[in-house]
Amino acid sequence: MNLFKNINFNKLKDGLTKTRDKLVTKINETITGKAKLDEEILEEVEEILITSDIGYDTATRIIENSRVKLKAEKDRSKLNVTDVIKNELISIVESYNTNSEFNRLDQYKPYVILVVGVNGAGKTTTIGKLAHNYKQAGLSVIIGSADTFRAAANEQLEVWSKRAGVEIVQRSIGADPSAVAFDTVSIAKKKNIDIVMIDTAGRLHTKQNLMEELKKIKKSISKVIDYAPNETFLVIDGNTGQNALIQAEKFSDVTDITGLIVTKLDGTAKGGVVFQICSQQKVPIKYIGVGEGIDDLQTFDAKSFVDALFDVNEVA
Amino acid sequence: MFEDLTNKLETALKKISGQGKITENNISDSLREIRRVLLDADVNYKVAKKFIDDVAAKAVGTEVLNSITPGQQITKIIFDELTSLMGGSYTEIKINGSGITIILVVGLQGSGKTTFSGKLARSLKSKNRKVLLTACDVYRPAAIEQLKQLGGQISVPVFTADHKDAVKIAKDSILYAKENGLDTVIIDTAGRLHVDEEMMNEVAAIKENLQPTETLFVVDSMTGQDAVNSAKAFHERIDYDGIVLTKLDGDTRGGCALSIRAVVDEPIKFVSLGEKLDSLEVFHPDRMASRILGKGDIISLVEKAQEQYDPDDAEELEKRLRENKFDFEDFLKQIKMIKKMGSLKSILGMIPGLGSQIKNADIDDGQLVKVEAIIQSMTKQERKSPKILNGNRRKRIARGSGTSIQDVNRLIKQFQDMQKVMKMLNAGGGRKNPFMNFKNFKVN
Ligand SMILES: Nc1nc2c(ncn2[C@@H]2O[C@H](COP(=O)(O)OP(=O)(O)OP(=O)(O)O)[C@@H](O)[C@H]2O)c(=O)[nH]1
Ligand SMILES: Nc1nc2c(ncn2[C@@H]2O[C@H](COP(=O)(O)OP(=O)(O)O)[C@@H](O)[C@H]2O)c(=O)[nH]1
Ligand SMILES: [Mg+2]
Ligand SMILES: [Mg+2]
Repeated sequence: MNLFKNINFNKLKDGLTKTRDKLVTKINETITGKAKLDEEILEEVEEILITSDIGYDTATRIIENSRVKLKAEKDRSKLNVTDVIKNELISIVESYNTNSEFNRLDQYKPYVILVVGVNGAGKTTTIGKLAHNYKQAGLSVIIGSADTFRAAANEQLEVWSKRAGVEIVQRSIGADPSAVAFDTVSIAKKKNIDIVMIDTAGRLHTKQNLMEELKKIKKSISKVIDYAPNETFLVIDGNTGQNALIQAEKFSDVTDITGLIVTKLDGTAKGGVVFQICSQQKVPIKYIGVGEGIDDLQTFDAKSFVDALFDVNEVA
Repeated sequence: MFEDLTNKLETALKKISGQGKITENNISDSLREIRRVLLDADVNYKVAKKFIDDVAAKAVGTEVLNSITPGQQITKIIFDELTSLMGGSYTEIKINGSGITIILVVGLQGSGKTTFSGKLARSLKSKNRKVLLTACDVYRPAAIEQLKQLGGQISVPVFTADHKDAVKIAKDSILYAKENGLDTVIIDTAGRLHVDEEMMNEVAAIKENLQPTETLFVVDSMTGQDAVNSAKAFHERIDYDGIVLTKLDGDTRGGCALSIRAVVDEPIKFVSLGEKLDSLEVFHPDRMASRILGKGDIISLVEKAQEQYDPDDAEELEKRLRENKFDFEDFLKQIKMIKKMGSLKSILGMIPGLGSQIKNADIDDGQLVKVEAIIQSMTKQERKSPKILNGNRRKRIARGSGTSIQDVNRLIKQFQDMQKVMKMLNAGGGRKNPFMNFKNFKVN
């Protein structure tokens, strides 16, 4: 079952045009017309990779791997170099792209998804978008507002629940977020709802007490249903630099992240840091956010992601 | 995750030792190391490159001093260079003496504009400004409500409207302020991407119509390489007067601060250090520099105190902390050094996150004098192994130092607590620094 098949692939391209423009056009600019893979080319490739937030280490590794592979090649023309790098990138994210919670929906009802991340990453918006998509796919959805801290967090999620046409569970500001999570999952169980999503307050991974609070939220969910949560999605702002690595590490420590969602890829930021996160945390990238509208969520697919990246370039 | 830059540089610079001068050849390894540190800190690729070239130009030809290692010497050059790049210019915000002061707040989605608007309102209110907050984010769900609630928390009125014309809301709010005797209007706008033509037109129109006294660009300090693009695009369109760095209460290295300063010649005016409205501070370029270098702000204090501080001692001290060997003798050395560096309050004020609390706390430097006296009354052996400090010894120390037995007991207790913390930190692989214990040291 592919719930997101209604998604227009071009939109993914549109959303990521800037990413691709920069990354790919540049790789090709660099490579076109240069039959020989010299240090200068590799240096430019390095710039392209690093300015995508891929990180120094990963960039270096990709370049080294490519160098080795290309040494064995006779044809070092444009296509070849592009392919080698493309494949490197794909292989990094694909290894963990096990894909789809939807294959397991039959086994678990309700299927519980906890959404976490640092402040302002896009958690609430993403939940709104996801709720919409699940609903469109004919599933019943309930969302719980466990952000009882930030001003108007309740109201914000409520607007999204209305937009998506799904039920919402809330308590007043300052209430115990674990209690909201507990309520939401309990109601879902009673009403036989397919999917539960719990929105949490944004928190920096350095705040010990807030990370403990996450643990508690998780525990209170499993009090209602011992297998839950089925998923914990970490939302990462696509603008984020290398700090995202520590975020992923620390959030994983307390909640066992099962998937990543990268937002705000409709700008010029490249979101390249996810390549590192994937390989370090061994988790898949599930979705990407490409706008503030309810339809602006895309299923992440390693091959299409990197392909799309390179496609644009070949047109350009 | 990040090793201390100086250590890395030491390795890279081994070969310089004994060569007398820093040359292009012998510095190249360390420049690579510096570049890597900068890139890991999210300094933009091009900016890092330029920076390295500048540092190299400065360093080449310098004599290698005997007093400090080449690593420290280069770290110092980098540190100074970074500090001067990020500082400069007028960093206060403009406030009109008479008439209305308008502050326009702009930036990308989720960067912290609304929270900052609330913080600034709070801060200006405490300076007797009559503040109005204007809610111009007519797009994000409950954005207006968010500002209303923040305004409510600090008893600052919030101007809202139920239509979607942000320019009109902004203009109307100025009239409202005038009619109601308010002298400062802070305009919170919707987050927008610099590539969103329509949205950029909107904020440009607000600016055009209002002619704000001050326009501030709010940036998430966790931003990566793309910071240069958004900062530049916003500046080209909106021509803002200053930058606000948010979420510095986390552990981001914040290299974007350098990147932005490199592409936009506007000062960083504020840093935001938390979700609550009292965590707003002015920007300190030197702290940011040490943060980018991964040295931690407190370590940078050590650097600032280089004249007073013997690097050999520092290294020794760190080693002792790491091996849980830290004793009263070391403690005494620290106190002496701190006294040379300035008042305890001023030093504690430099520690991020602590700053605002410290400002209001009543810290008595006399306490330090007391502690010093107590330790000085201990014998060498007692300082080395505080375990032997029994009742009689404590009494003698109290007498000798002119303090009470309670004072002595308290200090010993605090010292033991501190040792426990150090042990924990060491076990947990946490950051070690010689001042850590002062967080635990109760000063009044
Ligand atoms: N352009 C763009 N903006 C986005 C995207 N996702 C979220 N946003 C915007 O980013 C801002 C923050 O999003 P939220 O959903 O409130 O983020 P959050 O993580 O719930 O924030 P807190 O709960 O305050 O920590 C809002 O202005 C959203 O509209 C995206 O994919 N693209
Ligand atoms: N930890 C931390 N969180 C912050 C800071 N400034 C804002 N936030 C949080 O970041 C999120 C987005 O902030 P908001 O002011 O709504 O951003 P806006 O979308 O730019 O208006 C909220 O969860 C805020 O509570 C800060 O300095 N530190
Ligand atoms: Mg939220
Ligand atoms: Mg806002």
